[in-house]
Amino acid sequence: MAGELAAAGAVGDRYGPVEDVAPPRKPLRQLLSDPLAVTGLLLVGSLVLAAVFAPVLAPHDPAAVDATLRLAGPSGEHLLGTDELGRDLLSRLLFGARWSLGIAGLATLVVMVVGVLVGIVSGFYGGFLDTMVMRVVDVLLAFPSLVLYLAVVGTLGPGVVNVFLALVAISWAEYARVVRGLVLSARERDFVRASLALGASDRRLMIRHIAPNVVSPVVVLASLHAGRMVLALAALGFFGLGAQPPTPEWGTMINQSRLFLQSAPMLMVLPGLAISLAVLGLNVLGDGLRDVLDPRIGRSR
Amino acid sequence: MRSYVGRRALSLIPVLLGISLVAFLLSSLSPGDPAKLILGRQQDEPPTPRQLAEFREANGLNDPILVQYATFVVGLLRGDLGTSFRTGGPVLDELTARIPATLQITLPAFALAVVLAVLIGVLSALRRNTFIDHGSRVAALLGDSMPTFVLAYLLIIVLSVNLDLLPVAGRGGLEHLVLPVLTLALTTVASLMRLTRSSMLEVLGEDYVRTARAMGLPWHSIIFQHALRNALIPVVTVAGLVLAGFVTGTVIVETVFAWPGVGRFVVDSIFDRDYPVIQGFVVFTGTVFVLVNLLVDLLYVRLDPRVRLSASRERHGR
Repeated sequence: MAGELAAAGAVGDRYGPVEDVAPPRKPLRQLLSDPLAVTGLLLVGSLVLAAVFAPVLAPHDPAAVDATLRLAGPSGEHLLGTDELGRDLLSRLLFGARWSLGIAGLATLVVMVVGVLVGIVSGFYGGFLDTMVMRVVDVLLAFPSLVLYLAVVGTLGPGVVNVFLALVAISWAEYARVVRGLVLSARERDFVRASLALGASDRRLMIRHIAPNVVSPVVVLASLHAGRMVLALAALGFFGLGAQPPTPEWGTMINQSRLFLQSAPMLMVLPGLAISLAVLGLNVLGDGLRDVLDPRIGRSR
Repeated sequence: MRSYVGRRALSLIPVLLGISLVAFLLSSLSPGDPAKLILGRQQDEPPTPRQLAEFREANGLNDPILVQYATFVVGLLRGDLGTSFRTGGPVLDELTARIPATLQITLPAFALAVVLAVLIGVLSALRRNTFIDHGSRVAALLGDSMPTFVLAYLLIIVLSVNLDLLPVAGRGGLEHLVLPVLTLALTTVASLMRLTRSSMLEVLGEDYVRTARAMGLPWHSIIFQHALRNALIPVVTVAGLVLAGFVTGTVIVETVFAWPGVGRFVVDSIFDRDYPVIQGFVVFTGTVFVLVNLLVDLLYVRLDPRVRLSASRERHGR
């Protein structure tokens, strides 16, 4: 019990007393008045649109091989040139957004749901279950995450599905820890105690009273975490463990272009730029969201 | 203090056990039958059922899973991380043999990162809201968003391919060190710099700095003797974590630059399905990480009297 209280205290320190801050009145307007956040929103938005409308926007079939046009420079027909098999680079980048952002986004979503559920249940019921869950969380967070991703994907074997499994199996821990802390401090608040005294069911307490207190911090965490998912996915692709060629995933494209570093550096630079822009957009958007939704958490960047 | 150290050290035991469990469970993730895999590598023809049965019996693969785990942990405690499929040598020896190469890029990178971060961080704090402050902040944002391997390749493309100043990859003279060290250092400068800046800003607003100023002390004495010393406390503690974080960075940097260190060995092992090496690496990095965390905590208590006080208060409170 002492450990629980200490943990709740630590969260209280970090997030401040919960009553302190009134929720923002117009979060969207506030977000749109922050130029950095707007930049992030535009970056992420345009990349997502590029992914969604890739079939419309792409001038060529990303898989269409043309042996006569290998490693060609930019031209009217191929705006960004072609790769080692004569495939159109622009089209591959556009379709690559579907893989790179799609998988990272889906992973973020699943991880968030799993982590939040585990955190709420663990924090709400406490006891042995909570102790065991937090032990697992401690262990998962004891590693640099890439080491575990590499170990899990390296053991399961390369491929998109295995990468997805690794991302989900490992990253939920972070959400679980944060959410559990929030639940512990929410549980002590008067309206929850009152509700409990009135005989509300556990489910009602968790859904009606505790979950809403968890939403803002989780949204902030997720938007910052999404950038790290994009990075992790790209890193695994770079090692050749992610999506397998000819899939135009950005990290995989970089892996494939290693041999042409001297003759066609753009094959490497452009997917690298795409990854960096996506992560940059998610990071600044996350920072902006944090300022708006969760002023209790101090700025870290 | 002593009992705090003891308590912190004891709290590591479940985490270390957990790390061993993660490594152990990894082996059950590997597709296929380990007996078949290992025997298949040792001989040319596929193993006979009898060979497989004998191998399983000899290596305890028929034991209940808990017994297998216990055997694994006892091995770990003896420093036995298993045997590499590929080289036939003990995994621990294979890893430690490559540590010097990894340290050769990690330590200079660490020094470079700390020097750069403190320099820029302090400057940004002193010249708040000037070009230096904004510029370094934007650079840090970009640095955070760019994957390590992209940064590495950009440096190669500019410095090696276009300007032809440095070798592209490999290990040799000092010139081979520049790019890997630079890449590794740059990946961590951003976070360290931000911390130095905010910590310095906080300290500059403290009463004792104001007092020193009011007393007319020269600015260099205020900054170096009063402000910086206190501002660096949080930086020192995070620097330890940065060093541990290089574990991830070296895996990528060593792969890009074909540097024969621990990271590259592990990546090669992954492609060779050398599972004991992967397991060993997990135990190894997990343990290093946990120990560095412990050291950092203790260092913090040692450096910051306020934490020392609250640590002892916490003890008496229990």
